[in-house]
Amino acid sequence: MRKRDYFLLFIFAAVMLSMPIWGPFIDAGYPDIMQRFAVFGLIAVGFNLLFGLTGYLSFGHAAFLGIGSYTAVWCFKLFTMDVIPAIIASTIMGGLVALILGFVALRRSGIYFSILTLAFAQMMYSLAYSVLTPLTNGETGLQLALGDARVLDRALGTNPESGLPSTSFLGFGVSNQGMTGYWICAIVAIIGFYIALRITRSSFGIMLRGIKSNQTRMSYTGLAARPYLITVFVISGMYAGLAGGLLASVDPLAGAERMYWTASGEIVLMTILGGVGTMFGPILGAGIIKWLEAKLSTFNESVVEQAMAFLPDSIEHSFAVVASKFVGEGWHLSLGVIFMLIVIFLPGGVMEGLQRLVGLFGFGKTKKQGADTSTPAE
Amino acid sequence: MDAIILQFLNGVDKGAAYALIALGLTLIFGTLGVVNFAHGALFMLGAFCAVTTNTLLTLSQKVKDPSITFFEAYIDQPYLVTWYGDLGATIIDWSVPISLLLAIPVMFLLGTVLERGLIRHFYNRPHADQILVTFGLAIVLGEIARTFYGANPLPQPTPDFFTGQVNIGAIFGSDLAYPAWRLLYFLVGVVIMFGVFALLQFTRFGMVVRAGMQDRQMVQLLGINIQARFTLVFGMAAAIAGVAGALYTPTLPPNYEMGMEFLVISFVVVVVGGMGSLGGAVLAGFMLGILEAIVALPVISDLIPGINQVIIYAVAVVVLLTRPRGLMGRKGVMED
Repeated sequence: MRKRDYFLLFIFAAVMLSMPIWGPFIDAGYPDIMQRFAVFGLIAVGFNLLFGLTGYLSFGHAAFLGIGSYTAVWCFKLFTMDVIPAIIASTIMGGLVALILGFVALRRSGIYFSILTLAFAQMMYSLAYSVLTPLTNGETGLQLALGDARVLDRALGTNPESGLPSTSFLGFGVSNQGMTGYWICAIVAIIGFYIALRITRSSFGIMLRGIKSNQTRMSYTGLAARPYLITVFVISGMYAGLAGGLLASVDPLAGAERMYWTASGEIVLMTILGGVGTMFGPILGAGIIKWLEAKLSTFNESVVEQAMAFLPDSIEHSFAVVASKFVGEGWHLSLGVIFMLIVIFLPGGVMEGLQRLVGLFGFGKTKKQGADTSTPAE
Repeated sequence: MDAIILQFLNGVDKGAAYALIALGLTLIFGTLGVVNFAHGALFMLGAFCAVTTNTLLTLSQKVKDPSITFFEAYIDQPYLVTWYGDLGATIIDWSVPISLLLAIPVMFLLGTVLERGLIRHFYNRPHADQILVTFGLAIVLGEIARTFYGANPLPQPTPDFFTGQVNIGAIFGSDLAYPAWRLLYFLVGVVIMFGVFALLQFTRFGMVVRAGMQDRQMVQLLGINIQARFTLVFGMAAAIAGVAGALYTPTLPPNYEMGMEFLVISFVVVVVGGMGSLGGAVLAGFMLGILEAIVALPVISDLIPGINQVIIYAVAVVVLLTRPRGLMGRKGVMED
């Protein structure tokens, strides 16, 4: 960790902590979306540790997210509504499952690895829907119930007399729509960012980069690559499990759709969109996608027609019809198109785009910090 | 016993679909070295070619319903029926086989356009980029299908001629009947597979393609435009996926998400069969299809609940741990 890295951490912390102030300017000042920024930023940072450093493209990261959520909800049901044990447990579960999967999937690299992780996530998804219904409550999703054990809460006498309890953090309510949920997510995200920064800059991180650029040569120097890969895969899975736990903490329910391949794909999209291998890129990507999701999916045809009202009537309608396919329910179409454009023309994501802009105009001084952090992605 | 044979046949039917997709994947992979995550989407588009054909054939006008006499009632009558009477009705009934006339050229064209317009630019990029761009393509194609056809599964008619059951049990001395359409699907699948093998083994075109798979540069140095042939192979693989999808519609009503479900399993099929091995893809496709169906038998699934959801992946894990190259993978072909 050099001085510059502390500066990075400081910027990130400042951005996260001041979000309630600048959020409203981009129409994102409410806790729900800010929590999403933090949580998905966190999972993207974890994913980036794996993909950005080693080049192993996992298509099954959503499985850890789902497992984390289920673990957290079970923790609420069985022990206590406090979020601390829940997120610790979900982190550990994410890591454990990643260990098992990594043991198998990391025997192969490249395409095989992507396929195996994708297959594993689909398996978890179909299991959660069918056989594991006693654990996952199938299609309905796992929810809190009045008759839950909540052993610790009952022993301590904090169990509410009537109604469903809400999750809490050392006595502060979390899930009942306050800012507490956001603060927890933000603090955890900052800690997660710090750890990721440490890992990236450590000798361990450098080893991983070595594996990425030439695994054969690394093994000729006497390095056993697999333990390194498994370690980083487990860390990455722990990030995803932690993110799942946070999601369940702010909204205590867990469903199998969190493990669907589109969810895994979304994590990949975030990281690529922002910029693989950069520190800020994945978080930026997560923010952009979650923001677009929140905005585009609420648009409908009339909103689009209003936006295009400046055009002559004759072409306005046809434009609006086409554009309306890209918003509302069809916002995934815009996501797919944006993603393809990024992969084709800007493989380094938004961060590379910013870098190019900086290079183009040469007003580098103020933006230099951001530019320095991004190592060019392949 | 009958139950086992029935499940076996179900497995063969589904295995044919897996094998056809896996065959196309392997063709693309073997020739161009690209893992096509959009192949499931091509399968799905093939299915929607059948839907489109059906929609076009059943374009209707309102006509007076003659069966209701005491007030004016109107029913939709397809133009084809108005024009050709019973012949028109038969054509509509056969919409799924007829849709192949649309599916094959459309999918072939789409395949070549995709290869020329998009995939070509990714040959020299890392595998991860190829996966990502085809994955993005899969999302876009799926969403386009959804904007046109909605999110609900659209059941397609089986031609009357094939709706009956074939008394397949006669061979074994029992009276087991099986839907004729599914048997037809299997037969068509086998014909396509043999066609592909014959094309590759016994024609000059196939010989050149095989040579190109072995050593692309050498073939080019001999003055053969191998790229053009590989483009055709891509189109062919897309057309095969399209046919597989179109003919599967009477069995499984298509919706825009079906592509990925089949793709994931087809990937496992390719991995188990051995990357780059056509025979392995077909073998593993049928094997996994049958295995999946057999373990769904109540006897087995009561014993180990959920086994039918996991078996394919479990087999994949075991195969990868014991034979990392897959059942029929050759040394040196895509080891990483």
